[in-house]
Amino acid sequence: MAAPAPKENPTEAMLASRQIPAAKGWSTAAREDAVARLRRMGLPDRRDEYWKFTRPDSLIQPDAPRAAVLANDEPPLFDQVDRLKIVFVDGVFDAQASDDLSLEGLSIERLAVSDSDLHWARDIYGVLETRGQTPVDRPLAALNTACATDGVLIHVTGTPSKPVSLIYRHMSETSDAILHHCIKLDAGAELTVLENGPAAARFNKVMEVDVADGASFHHIRAQGRDHERRAATHLFARLGSASHFKSFTMTVNGVLTRNEAVIELTGDDASAHIAGACVGDGEFHHDDTVFITHDAVNCESRQVFKKVLRNGATGVFQGKILVKAGAQKTDGYQISQSLLLDGDSQFLAKPELEIYADDVACSHGSTSGAIDEEALFYLRARGVPKGEATDMLTLSFLAEAVEEIASDTLKEEINARLESWLNRRRS
Amino acid sequence: MLSIKNLNVKLEEEDKQILKGVNLEVEAGKVHAIMGPNGSGKSTLSYVLSGKDGYEVMEGSATLEGEDLLEMEPEERAAAGLFLAFQYPVEIPGVGNMTFLRTAVNAQRKARGEEEMSAAEFLKVVRAKAKDLKIDADMLKRPVNMGFSGGEKKRNEILQMAMLEPKMCILDETDSGLDVDAMKLVAEGVNALRSEGRGFLVITHYQRLLDHIKPDVVHIMADGRIVKTGGPELALEVENNGYADILAEVM
Repeated sequence: MAAPAPKENPTEAMLASRQIPAAKGWSTAAREDAVARLRRMGLPDRRDEYWKFTRPDSLIQPDAPRAAVLANDEPPLFDQVDRLKIVFVDGVFDAQASDDLSLEGLSIERLAVSDSDLHWARDIYGVLETRGQTPVDRPLAALNTACATDGVLIHVTGTPSKPVSLIYRHMSETSDAILHHCIKLDAGAELTVLENGPAAARFNKVMEVDVADGASFHHIRAQGRDHERRAATHLFARLGSASHFKSFTMTVNGVLTRNEAVIELTGDDASAHIAGACVGDGEFHHDDTVFITHDAVNCESRQVFKKVLRNGATGVFQGKILVKAGAQKTDGYQISQSLLLDGDSQFLAKPELEIYADDVACSHGSTSGAIDEEALFYLRARGVPKGEATDMLTLSFLAEAVEEIASDTLKEEINARLESWLNRRRS
Repeated sequence: MLSIKNLNVKLEEEDKQILKGVNLEVEAGKVHAIMGPNGSGKSTLSYVLSGKDGYEVMEGSATLEGEDLLEMEPEERAAAGLFLAFQYPVEIPGVGNMTFLRTAVNAQRKARGEEEMSAAEFLKVVRAKAKDLKIDADMLKRPVNMGFSGGEKKRNEILQMAMLEPKMCILDETDSGLDVDAMKLVAEGVNALRSEGRGFLVITHYQRLLDHIKPDVVHIMADGRIVKTGGPELALEVENNGYADILAEVM
């Protein structure tokens, strides 16, 4: 019997399998630094503190595991919303399907074609990601910075009349997409970014957002329903004084999703809200890993994560609030809850608070529970059949997260979508 | 209308019998009241009739216009025309009151093979009925019973009753937690629904609700059975002398 081949270092195997985009002006140094950073950290394994609940194997193997493309009969999300559409198919920009990239109040460039030597993005690209590597390693984000093939660079100078909508289509069963977006909001600027779609068989995405003083950033994302798709995403944000940040993510299906958010409140009086509503059925693993750092006075942060799980689905929440010395008058709130629709599903939660200031209000809570039988009976006693009543209560459970969407129209659209998905599962 | 024969019920989880042979006939167009001390089984009776989990029927029957209630799911009982106004209406965050009402109305219509109510028609009807019960637009918009006062919750129960137009209404201690004005408003709502084709079973501790909703028949319940039946004067007797005399006399 032949001796087993020596085990290859997964980080080197991964890097060898990537084609690092040819040097392009300003981003060259950032990519080289990221490779070095990744080599230092190594790709995640199960011994890592923040990978105990989620197996990274399928995210770190060189080739993306196959993922069938879902035959989707639903009308596309946000279809009725006036927006600037930017379409990526399996991670490749689709000029035909995308709108013209010009809009008053902002400028948009593609990472793949931005090759000037001096570019505003050099102060953000890989920079916020690097800041987010302390104190917790996020090697998949460094991999992204090193190897991203495309993405958008959005510089917001005013208040654009409509949202920018990133649409991620999945057409190939073996696609392995890496996209990296940078968004810079000048003082007082405002932007809403919509993201939707499954993107690829395996999707690694980083979004770095720099929100200057008094600026506002809204983010609403719906991850695609394709059952076998995998995604590892990172959202890095740095907030200036009196700025506002709101991010909401809806996740239904997907065999593996790891969404990390790393938010730093660096200016006084800023607020950051991050929320997620997730519905998992069967072979489904969904992980929200959030790290919010308060490093200024009188800032507010909210984390609201709700997961509905059934038929053996797994939900993970790892959420931290770090209040640095001097970040007085911090108001931090964190809630993570799961609704377990049967005994086979599980929710693993690790809430953490680390506080070095003494004038702070921070609260956190985490619960797991079944459908409220009293409420279910109340609805049924009014004639609502059990299945429908269960759906109503499920939506009601998710409501606190959905409420975090600032726009009523978008809130209604997300709710309607959740409702139709629940309905479909029932019939 | 509602016919209960020798109903014996125990708790599912414990070996504890609550109803010990209840017999009751409520005719269409009549209001029956059930009075009785705490723990006599009044609320259990209302829950068993509407199909709540946790009870086991040991013996006896309950039918609504000849249909066997005990064989039906709670939603089927509702569609058959049974309505329970809850003693403690449940708060449901995230479900709009209006959405809830419309879902309920249309679910019942669908179950009966009737046409569903359009959004416009529903809105028109609900607004008119809400106005009679002094329920404002804000209460209709808010999540079901969330942040409602005790009186608002009970008025909301009556609004549901008015929208669902049941054949048989059971009111479980609808007067609890109400001040005099709220009680009058609720009673007016109930009285407006009194009709020849509809029966009422009003469960209460106190006679005062019966000043406003005049019963045709009054039953006294104790230790899981109906121990005395009479006219409205029986309620007054309870009010003046308490249950002790009556119970001493019959037990």
